Amino acid sequence: MSMTFDDGTFIRNEMVEPLPPPKQRIGAVAWMRENLFSGVLNTLLTVLGILAVVWVVPPLVRFMIIDAVWTGENREACLGPEVGACWPFIHAKFGQLIYGFYPISERWRVDIVFAAGALLLVPLMVLSWPFKRINAFLFFVAYPVVAFVLLTGGNINASAFLLERFGLIGGLVGDAQIGGVNLVFWVDYVLTTLLVMAAIGGLIALLGGSGRSAAITTLWVFLSLGLVIFIWDVDVGLDYVETRQWGGLLVTLVIAVTGIVASLPLGILLALGRRSQMPVVRLLSVIFIEFWRGVPLITVLFFATYMLPLFLPQGTNPDALLRALVGVALFSAAYMAEVVRGGLQAIPKGQYEGAMAVGLTWSQMMRLIVLPQALTLVIPGIVNSFISLFKDTTLVLIVSIFDFLGQLRASFTDPNWATPVTLYTGFAFAGVVYFLFCFGMSRYSLFVERRLNTSHRH
Amino acid sequence: MSELHSTVSPEELHAVHTPPGREVAVDLVGVHKWYGEFHVLKDINLKVHRGERIVICGPSGSGKSTMIRCINRLEEHQQGTIIVDGIELTNDLKRIDEIRREVGMCFQHFNLFPHLTILENLTLAPIWVRKMPKKEADELAMHFLTKVKIPEQAHKYPGQLSGGQQQRVAIARALCMKPKIMLFDEPTSALDPEMVKEVLETMVSLAEEGMTMLCVTHEMGFARQVANRVIFMDAGQIIEMNEPEPFFSNPQHERTRLFLSQILH
Ligand SMILES: Nc1ncnc2c1ncn2[C@@H]1O[C@H](COP(=O)(O)OP(=O)(O)O)[C@@H](O)[C@H]1O
Ligand SMILES: [Mg+2]
Repeated sequence: MSMTFDDGTFIRNEMVEPLPPPKQRIGAVAWMRENLFSGVLNTLLTVLGILAVVWVVPPLVRFMIIDAVWTGENREACLGPEVGACWPFIHAKFGQLIYGFYPISERWRVDIVFAAGALLLVPLMVLSWPFKRINAFLFFVAYPVVAFVLLTGGNINASAFLLERFGLIGGLVGDAQIGGVNLVFWVDYVLTTLLVMAAIGGLIALLGGSGRSAAITTLWVFLSLGLVIFIWDVDVGLDYVETRQWGGLLVTLVIAVTGIVASLPLGILLALGRRSQMPVVRLLSVIFIEFWRGVPLITVLFFATYMLPLFLPQGTNPDALLRALVGVALFSAAYMAEVVRGGLQAIPKGQYEGAMAVGLTWSQMMRLIVLPQALTLVIPGIVNSFISLFKDTTLVLIVSIFDFLGQLRASFTDPNWATPVTLYTGFAFAGVVYFLFCFGMSRYSLFVERRLNTSHRH
Repeated sequence: MSELHSTVSPEELHAVHTPPGREVAVDLVGVHKWYGEFHVLKDINLKVHRGERIVICGPSGSGKSTMIRCINRLEEHQQGTIIVDGIELTNDLKRIDEIRREVGMCFQHFNLFPHLTILENLTLAPIWVRKMPKKEADELAMHFLTKVKIPEQAHKYPGQLSGGQQQRVAIARALCMKPKIMLFDEPTSALDPEMVKEVLETMVSLAEEGMTMLCVTHEMGFARQVANRVIFMDAGQIIEMNEPEPFFSNPQHERTRLFLSQILH
């Protein structure tokens, strides 16, 4: 390093004039110039946008607020000329829109379910709050079990599990009831458990795996299932409320939440299955996914409601809502599977190799390395599916289940509230309610995405 | 090349060249592998003793990566036997897991887990595979992070580290499993030149501790300094295998000579 600077040839003698400061970059005018009018096309779009807003918003505000009728007992209030929304109609029908035909004296049970759901969901959604594990357990496992008892009344009268369907148990133990619980069912259940344990354990052992641990896993599955059935079976003293009496937002939320909660794990399993090395697993997953994706949801619901009973054995007649629930869950699981598969494909091979090289087993690799990254990548797609599922729940109307929208349309037929604006009021209200739910999901997903991304992307 | 000569003192050099034990750590006998029609590995025979350091070089596409990846079953061989730490590699998943627990590996592109912190990257396997309590695993991880000289980065994410630091984290991650054998697949070839040295130094210190190592690398300074044997591979075959001194000064095969002349100049 022997450069010389001392000959002075490139040293300035005079200071250069300072450059002018950069154009104003703060303030409303500067912001607008930069973002709204930065070119011909942009200016044109801005003007069009303003025109659209001017065209849509004032009439909407006038209809929903300025010209709206706020009080009244019946249709008389909303009959005048130039009236806007007829809010007393919504007020009068509010209970129906939320609970459907759920008995008025029992509505507190629905309220508890709503409140408990919100209480458990909020801390789960705030990412920084502690106790995520126990919170998740309460929300995903305990809550559905309890909600079922509260909403239906429990006491499902379990009478036959598997063997008794062939009349194998009744003869052995007679018709004994102990404390309102059917002995036949539980003897049946225990024997079936043992049989299945032996079958699965034996099969796995034959295939060269650990038969014992397979049998123990089976035992745990049956134990927990048995516990759930038992809780549902005991008589807690609540009146039985048929699902046919449910309706309104209650049904919308039951279908949407069940669909959402069931479709994600099912979708993940299907996506993993579709990428599996085992040809049989892969084939079955592909068939399942393509079947459900190839059939419209309306067809699925029709099939579940009107045709399934023809195929099921005599006497088994699953609840209509339950059938719709299963249909919706499987349908959305197929879509979810494809979304998750998209995420799995984006994970580089090196991640799998890194995980295998440190000795993780396949399931640990998926659980700890691959899925967390894949799912983070496809949060927008997942939430997209959730939102469309939420809106698709309205289709259950065609199989005579009255969800929020169905209940609303039913209330249009009330002659007490027959006015020219009833229809518009009702749909405006429905639009706002659906929008709040869907927009909420969308914003929340953006928040989660940002939180997960800031931590480790460059 | 061989900037390393200046970085390691003669005493250290002596330590590095302590003779390996007689116990066989890795044994490849008549190994063949095909990718479809393509014959990648042709009759590979290699015995690596415990404590031995092997450097593997050869032109791109000659099957070096494939060979060392067969040792921990990231690739499956179709013919011949591979015995690692006394366990023969078969399709038995249990054996594969057992071997992967004992064999650590570092990759060209590090393959760190970007959604976990450095510390979590290191403790993951001890906690889930070795069932170590979290506290103990944290201590172990900090021990190895200190060893690779980046304890202060423990709570960052891999994306926030330089390439050299990431590769040292990857080495530490492998070491946290207390492996008996370490495999390196071109650990420095994705790095900027100024970072190569820090990674090689880490590998040298590992060698000094008597770790059994198989390194695919073109860092000939490292090979001269650390290796017990250097292997030259071409077209899926081991062409030449010798101690570093004769290997570099007097290669026996024309192809080796050609390769060395290309890489050294
Ligand atoms: N998954 C694969 N499928 C088909 N061919 C492969 C695959 N992986 C590697 N190969 C081929 O095998 C040969 C050896 O690859 P590799 O072991 O990576 O070489 P090296 O590490 O010596 O550069 C190359 O010709 C490469 O194209
Ligand atoms: Mg390679």
